[in-house]
Parts: sequence; C-alpha cells; structure tokens
Amino acid sequence: MKVSLTVNGDPVTAEIEDRLLLVHFLRDHLGLTGTHWGCDTSNCGTCVVWLDGEPVKSCTVLAAMAGGHEVRTVEGLERDGELDPVQQGFMQCHGLQCGFCTPGMMMTARALLDRNPSPSEGEIREAISGQICRCTGYATIVRSVQWAAAYEASQAEASQAVGSAS
Amino acid sequence: MTTLGTRPLDSFADNDQKPVGYGRMLRKEDPRFVRGLGHYCDDIQLPGMLHMAILRSPFAHARIVSIDTSRALAHPKVKAVVTGADLAEKGLAWMPTLSNDVQAVLATDKVRFQGQEVAIVVAEDRYSARDGLELIDVQYDPLPPVVDVRHALDPDAPVIRDDLEGKADNHCFDWETGDAAATQAVFDRAEVVVSQDIVYPRVHPAPMETCGCVADYDRVSGKLTLWTTSQAPHAHRTLYALVAGLPEHKIRVVSPDIGGGFGNKVPIYPGYVCAIVASLVLHKPVKWMEDRSENLISTGFARDYLMRGEIAATRDGKILAVRTNVLADHGAFNGTAAPVKYPAGFFGVFTGSYDLEAAYCHMTAVYTNKAPGGVAYACSFRITEAVYLVERMVDVLARELDMDPAELRLRNLIRPEQFPYTTKTGWVYDSGEYERALRLSMETAGYEDLRKEQAERRARGELMGIGLSFFTEAVGAGPRKDMDILGLGMADGCELTVHPTGKAVVRLSVQTQGQGHETTFAQIVAEELGIPPADIEVVHGDTDQTPFGLGTYGSRSTPVSGAAAAMVARKVRDKARIIASGMLEVSVADLEWEKGAFQVKGDPTRSVTIQDVAMRAYGAGDLPEGVEGGLQAEVCYNPENLTYPFGAYICVVDVDPGTGAVKVRKFVAIDDCGTRINEMIIEGQVHGGLTDGVGMALMEMIAFDEDGNCLSASLMDYLIPTALEVPDWQTGHTVTPSPHHPIGAKGIGESATVGSPPAVVNAIVDALAPFGIRHADMPLTPSRVWDAMQGHPLPPV
Repeated sequence: MKVSLTVNGDPVTAEIEDRLLLVHFLRDHLGLTGTHWGCDTSNCGTCVVWLDGEPVKSCTVLAAMAGGHEVRTVEGLERDGELDPVQQGFMQCHGLQCGFCTPGMMMTARALLDRNPSPSEGEIREAISGQICRCTGYATIVRSVQWAAAYEASQAEASQAVGSAS
Repeated sequence: MTTLGTRPLDSFADNDQKPVGYGRMLRKEDPRFVRGLGHYCDDIQLPGMLHMAILRSPFAHARIVSIDTSRALAHPKVKAVVTGADLAEKGLAWMPTLSNDVQAVLATDKVRFQGQEVAIVVAEDRYSARDGLELIDVQYDPLPPVVDVRHALDPDAPVIRDDLEGKADNHCFDWETGDAAATQAVFDRAEVVVSQDIVYPRVHPAPMETCGCVADYDRVSGKLTLWTTSQAPHAHRTLYALVAGLPEHKIRVVSPDIGGGFGNKVPIYPGYVCAIVASLVLHKPVKWMEDRSENLISTGFARDYLMRGEIAATRDGKILAVRTNVLADHGAFNGTAAPVKYPAGFFGVFTGSYDLEAAYCHMTAVYTNKAPGGVAYACSFRITEAVYLVERMVDVLARELDMDPAELRLRNLIRPEQFPYTTKTGWVYDSGEYERALRLSMETAGYEDLRKEQAERRARGELMGIGLSFFTEAVGAGPRKDMDILGLGMADGCELTVHPTGKAVVRLSVQTQGQGHETTFAQIVAEELGIPPADIEVVHGDTDQTPFGLGTYGSRSTPVSGAAAAMVARKVRDKARIIASGMLEVSVADLEWEKGAFQVKGDPTRSVTIQDVAMRAYGAGDLPEGVEGGLQAEVCYNPENLTYPFGAYICVVDVDPGTGAVKVRKFVAIDDCGTRINEMIIEGQVHGGLTDGVGMALMEMIAFDEDGNCLSASLMDYLIPTALEVPDWQTGHTVTPSPHHPIGAKGIGESATVGSPPAVVNAIVDALAPFGIRHADMPLTPSRVWDAMQGHPLPPV
C-alpha cells in the first residue's frame, strides 16, 4: 500500500507492506535510527515519537495509521543547529548513559514541557512512567527535564525584559 | 590562524570550566546520543544485507523427531534455512560455553529449555524471516522437564545432559571454600547460632537494547567483520577463531554503541554463530536482532541461588563465623561467565565486611530445563548473592540478639588498621575505612530520628521499616596467575599516541555500554599528561583498532584498563621528559613536571609544554641519543590484586497494611570507590544500580511454571522499575584509595546493584517485625508481602 505522511516537517510518500510498524518504517525505510525498538509490547518506550504532537509508542502503531499525519522524531528536536533545551538538559544533568532510551524520554519530556512549562518532580515522573531506563535510576532524567524547564523560563524572562526595554 | 571545517558536535558539551584531569566533566559521547545519532547494532544497514530469525523450542524438554524446512524454503523471500543437522555436518552444532561446558548452537537431538534455538531462517527482510519461521514444521516428543531445582538430583529425575558421555544425573559441579572443620568448631562453642533459608531468585539484566549482530564475510579478502552487542570484543574474536577455525587476523569484531549490557552481553550466543555461518555460506551481510521475548527467555540470566545461611556469634554481638550451603540452578548448559578457577564466581566473599574467626561454603550446582547463563546483571561475579546472604544473616542475627542492626555491624566491621585484610576464604581486601562510611550513612539518613519516627508510627499501627546494608565488592578481575576466561588471562592493553600537534589518541581494550569511557579515560590521560580531555580521542570497541584485552564486565574497566591508561600515559611522559631535557639542555634529573609542562628546577622561565615536546618528537631536530622519533607507547596491565570498593546503604520503606504494597521512601547510599575520576558519572552508576536493587527486591523475577514454560517472557510480565517506583537517591562518598592501583581508583559500576537489595529487603522485614516476620524472599510484591503479613508461607520462588 501507499502511505503519505509528514516526518519532521518533510513530506514522505512510500510503498509499504500493510503490516509495517511505524518504528520499522522510520528506522529501516527512512534511516531515522534515533527512534529505537526495545520490547514490542508498549512497555519500554524507547520507540516514542510524536503523532500530531502526541507522544506515541511507534512499535504499536502501524505505519499505515500514520498516513496523513505528522510524525516528529528525535532527529526533529534540534532546530537550525540549536539543540532543544531538553537535549541540552540531558547532557548537562547526566540524563543518559547508554543512550538507548534517551530519544523516547526526550520526546516525552518535550511534550510535557509544551503543555506544562514548570512541572513538579511528581509530574515529570508521571510523564515518563510509561518508559524504562535501565541505566540512570531516573533521578538525573528528572533533573534534566527540570533543567530544561528552568532554562526555558529564563529565556522567556530575558526576552520579556528585552521586550519591555524596547 | 584559520580554523578549517565545521564545529564538531561535541563542542556543544559545555566543558569550558573543566580543568585538566579529574572532576565533574560533561560526557564526550552525549552530543551524538541526544541527537539520535548513536550507532547501535540494529542501526547498521549494509548493501545486500539479509535478515535472520531464530525458531525456538516451545517445550522445556523434548526430543526432536523431525524438522521439515521445505515450506519455508519455498517462500519467495527466504534465502536459507539452517537446522542443527546442517551445522552438525560442519562440526558447528555445539559450541563451548565460557565455563568449559558445551551448548547447542542449534538443537540436534533434543531441546533442553523453552526458547532454545532450533533452526534459523535467512530472508530478504525482517518480516519475511519471521514468516519463514512459521513455515518450518518440527515434530517434538515431549519429555518430563526438571524445573524445581530442589528435585534436580532426585534419583528418578530425567537426565537433561545425555549429550555428555556417561552422564546419568543432573549434577553440574560441587565447590567449596573456607575451612569446614574450623567453622564447625566455632559453631560448636558459639553462644548464639541462627540459620535461615534464603532464595535469590532468577532475574534478568534486560538491557534496553537486546542482543544481536551483523555478520559480513568478504570472500575476496577472506575477512569476517562482525558488528555485535559484545562487552568483550577481543575475547569474542579469539573464541570465534578457536571454535570456528577462522584465522584470528581475518576476524574483526566491532562493538558499536551498546544499549546497556549489565553482563547480558558477555557470552557468545547461538544467534551470533548462526549469523556468521549464514554470511559465510551466502556471501552476504546477515543481520540478527533478537526481540524482547527472545532476550528474556534465552540469554544470560542471573542469580538463582538457594542458600542456607548460618551465623554464629556471642551473646553480646561479636560475629564469629558464617557458613552457607548453596544449591545453584545453572539451567540447561553451564554458561556462567566467570574466571575458570571460580565456578561460583566470587561468591567466596560471602564473609562480607566483618572480622570473622571462620567461614565455610559448600555449593552444589545442577542442571535444569531452563535457559543457560548464570552470571549477569551487574553482579561482580556472584558478589550480589554473597552480599545479600551475609547482610540478611546479620539482620537475622540482630533480631535474635534484640540488637540494633547498625550497632551490630559497627561492632564487627573490619577496622582500618587491619588492611590489607585476608578473609577466612582467602580474599585480600586492599583498603577500607568501613566505620567511617557507615557512620556517614547514618548521619546523612538521620538514623536516630528515623528510629524515633518508626517507634511513633508503629504505635499508630503504621508499617515503616529501616534497612541497612554494608558491602565490600571485589572488582577488577584480575591477576592473570589466578584468573582467566577459557585460558585468556584477564589483563588489558592500552595504546597511547600523542600526535605532533599535541592531540592524543588512546586505544582501549574495554568497551563502554553507557559507562562513559570516552570521557573518563580521556580524563585519566589528561590528568597524567596535562593535555585537555577535549584533545584526547578515546578509541574502543573495535578489535582492528585496539589492543587485546578482556572487556568490560565485573566493574573491571577502571581497575584494569584505567590502570593501563594511567601507566601508558606515564610511559609517554617518561619519554617526553628525555626529549624535554634535550630541548632545554639540562639533565633529566633537573626537570620538574608541572601538569602539562617540564620546567627547569629553580628556573620556571625555562620550560617546554607537552605539546612542544610532541612537535619535537616528530620534528626534524635532533633527539637525545638513543631516543626514537614519535611519541607513543603501549602497555598491558596485569593487576596485582582486585580492588575492593565498599559502601553503606540505608533504605526507608512504608508498607501499606491493607495491600502489602511497598513504597521506598528514602534511600541513602554512601560509596567508596577510592580515587574519583568523574563525580557525575560515578553518581550515575550508583543511581542505576540502586534502581536495579529496588527492582530485584520488589518486582523482578524470571519465573517458570511446572512444565518449564517461562512466565516472564515480556516486559508485561518481567517487571522493571519505572520512575514512579524509585525515590530521589541521596548519595555521598568517602575516599579510601586502592594502594596498588596506579591512581588509587576502584570499580564502581556494580556496587549499588550488589549493595541495595539487602538494604531494601532488610527495610521491609523491619517494617513487618510486628508480625513476627524474620525473613521474606524476593521479589517482595504486594501479594507476597500481604501473604507474609497473614502468616501464610510465601510461595516458593
């Protein structure tokens, strides 16, 4: 079957098998290997991407179901050569070790901050609770998201200050 | 001066404030990972690459009557189907395990565990390979399985390993350590003796990335390249050479980025061998990636020890002796990855951190119809089991003596002046200040206040528990006179080249799976040479680019390879000093080393930097007599002893009286790993291990039904802690350098996995004290805790 969708802002059209999973479509067909495959049962969350702005587990979404929708992956987090604050936060706070769960964690974190710019520790833990990290013990992931939230708040403050000065 | 090229991605890791050498430094590997540009095994795509899938046994024990592959071969996208019979023709149906046993690559006679490899299909794509599996018809004749380890040696038990000549039972090995008679004598005269049956259930490392490989045989050069999820690429290469008869110089093993290992990626699995065979036969690259179920049911598990612990003491709390009898479940093949003289790994450190008069352990290991393996999951070669045993027994004794468990430990810890301390089982602990660490953990946790709070809550009927553990690890295997894996000594090489412009490349034999070697090893060299870490490239994980060594597991990277890195840097510095003496026209003895530069004693204005020396080493000018050009060196480090990190942990739990659910409210971890290279990375290692420990204590278990069906074959059934089940960790440290390690460092990677399970279980048992409960076996799920509260015997694990 033929599927047309948008991936990280770019239109994509491809001939695919009906049964092809979105995670395999992204990885094997588009070469976007930042999205990982870890469990097949929606438990581990290494495969989290956005579908129309909502985090989904791409191991349990058919590529066909993404037809006509917008997909965003970890490769789409960096904008114009600038890392997303979430990406910076993970580096600053040691939010990753082996790096395998990291893309999924960051996609969830970005979605969280978009709707809740200053989440509590509990809200961050709740948001990532559908995902597993075997390396970090989660505390540094929580700190990474907090770092990003604080960074974005300071940026917003700075731009407000510039705005009121002018 | 112009700068050519683009800004490298790692310049985004803001380390501007980083001085040369040790301390907190952001990781050099992170810029690629946060962009999704890590390069894991399954990310590899080669032109013409085929995909392999494995048909696995649905039975735990069954004779193979027939295998019909004709329908699979007729599938238009299937390129090959291989069975055990096909491999047997090439002499490859069986392979050695890391414990000198043999394991079936593909089953020929019968299957011995559910999930055992029976046949492979190679096809044009992943899905077609799976389709092919559905088209293979295997006729099995089911046999009664051996599932309960307690009955493995019954006279009428079915014999699992009838492939071994003359084998008439399921006995795997017997092992003992310590002095049985001396220990018996101490027990005979002891005022207090307590015993307790303790189970450490089978668990699984379950790294986020499963195991797999891409095998690519080039028939023109005759060279095989294997990208693989290996924690020990060099050891794997040599084993492939020895087993498959491939010439070693024609094998290149590459471990790309590895998505977590925890010991799961130490063994060689049948899938790797099959993919290699397929590539050799088909002259195409062949990829195999197992799925999560395959990972959980067939690859290296951990623990599975049934232990009877006994402890002898005086009435006033002096611990005299520890004795244990262990029944070890090794599964269908003894695939334990441990030094050959240590069939039970380093379980011999079950004497813990205490000054004892005697100790003895006897162990019987048996075969069962379960997956092979035996050492994995960040256990430091069975120290996890050893520490769990002794730390549970100390708490059982504290209850018997009606003594505070912290007080009991303080009375018995080995004292600083006793180091180096030889234990009653022959381990030489290198250094330690145990009481200082325990007291720091108590201060940090507010131990006295916690006990007061507990008394108040108990009076209100609430179930709050406080658990301690004190552990000593033995990591950095190991001295080659004592330790080898299949004859390969456990030493590690390191090569260092300083280029003319003063930038350096250091090549390691160990392999990171997330531990951050690209950062810490650059820091080690930076500390020794004064070259900024940013100017030092760390190369690892590729046998064509690195010196021989045994790889990363058992927390051995820093103790062994870290030592090698420091020593190779010193070797380079020694040569640089000679060159510098020529440049400054003074004798070597007149030079002083100030991190990064040699200066003439008493005249700081006359100095040359390491970068100046590097340029001279490759330059046209004269070098001192007898000095060759270039600035590089190599070493192979053979550790003189293991290193012995230690720690004191305190866990606080609340148990819901209505449901038995356990909430880990607080966790304090004080670790001592000697000299600390990168604080941030050490803390990360500890956090991860603590989470493992909570997982094992509360939820993780590989379970089987009576037919040998694995009941934990997916992450829906094998539970792993999420962010909601673990607290924010409170970490701290003391520093007691290792006396024999060149920089005084000890390992840290597994300390928390070793030390935390007893702290959590001790806390839960403490919470349940009002019910008269003295012990409860992991995993302490709500239902098991609730059963314990009702006085029900816990179902055996």
